[in-house]
Amino acid sequence: MAESIITDELKSLIGVDGPESEAEVTTTGCRLFARAVGHTDLIFYDEEVAKARGYKSIVAPPGFLGTTVYKPADAERASAPPGGLNIPYKRILNGGTTYEYFESIVAGDVLTSSSHITEFQEREGSVGPMLITWRETTFRRKSDGKVVAKGSSNMINY
Amino acid sequence: MSEQVFWDDINEGDSLPIISPDCSTQQLVVWAGASGDFYQIHYDIPFAQNTGLDNIIVHGALKQAFLGRLLHDWAAPDGRIEQFGCSYRGMDYPAEDMSVSGTVTAKYVEGDRHLVDVEVWTENPSGRKTTPGTARVALPTR
Repeated sequence: MAESIITDELKSLIGVDGPESEAEVTTTGCRLFARAVGHTDLIFYDEEVAKARGYKSIVAPPGFLGTTVYKPADAERASAPPGGLNIPYKRILNGGTTYEYFESIVAGDVLTSSSHITEFQEREGSVGPMLITWRETTFRRKSDGKVVAKGSSNMINY
Repeated sequence: MSEQVFWDDINEGDSLPIISPDCSTQQLVVWAGASGDFYQIHYDIPFAQNTGLDNIIVHGALKQAFLGRLLHDWAAPDGRIEQFGCSYRGMDYPAEDMSVSGTVTAKYVEGDRHLVDVEVWTENPSGRKTTPGTARVALPTR
């Protein structure tokens, strides 16, 4: 493999939490997400059903961690693929994500989250050299600060 | 969804009931709105082709959410997904028949939690596992 592209500048990013963002878990957001995935369980759609099953409100379907609070200044970011690291590869792929849940997430919750890079890996793939960036995101319920979920994801630049 | 599955009755090697989710272009648009992922490779064919793809592709996070649905439908009403995740290993295209499956790989107890590990995946019409993953699910006992 050629010289490492994991510069000191990149290394210095490991473990540093990025800016906090806020996402709202709304009844409408839960329903739309559930609909997009084809869920049929009514706990994702109907508040009475959710309450009868022991939840405070409509349940956030697996993988739904709220709708990020949008402001017009975010528009540029919304139309661009995620990334933003100073690296020599142009193309980017989402490598995968794992969520771990500690508490149920329901409509009415506001989640704050921040993420940090945990590791960089270089690999020679079928598409040429690639950089894999691992990130961990912690999701907290704003009302009581409890960690409700963690996400671990990786992006592949190549 | 079917009747409650209980931890006691589960064995390693058991299969989860397969689901066949809708991956039509319309469904991808619903997902874009639901997830806030408006990257054009998922709905604009010329844009996707300009980036070297053959066609628009199914969102990775949607495939992950399908895995979540598979697990939820199996474990509900009283089971609980503690962890689930996947790797995106291959592209999926709209209107192809995707199937979503799982197999129990381990069964164990931690404290008062009765757990199973499940291997999960999405599969394309040629039988390729495009989104392999794993999950940990807590199930009720009899």
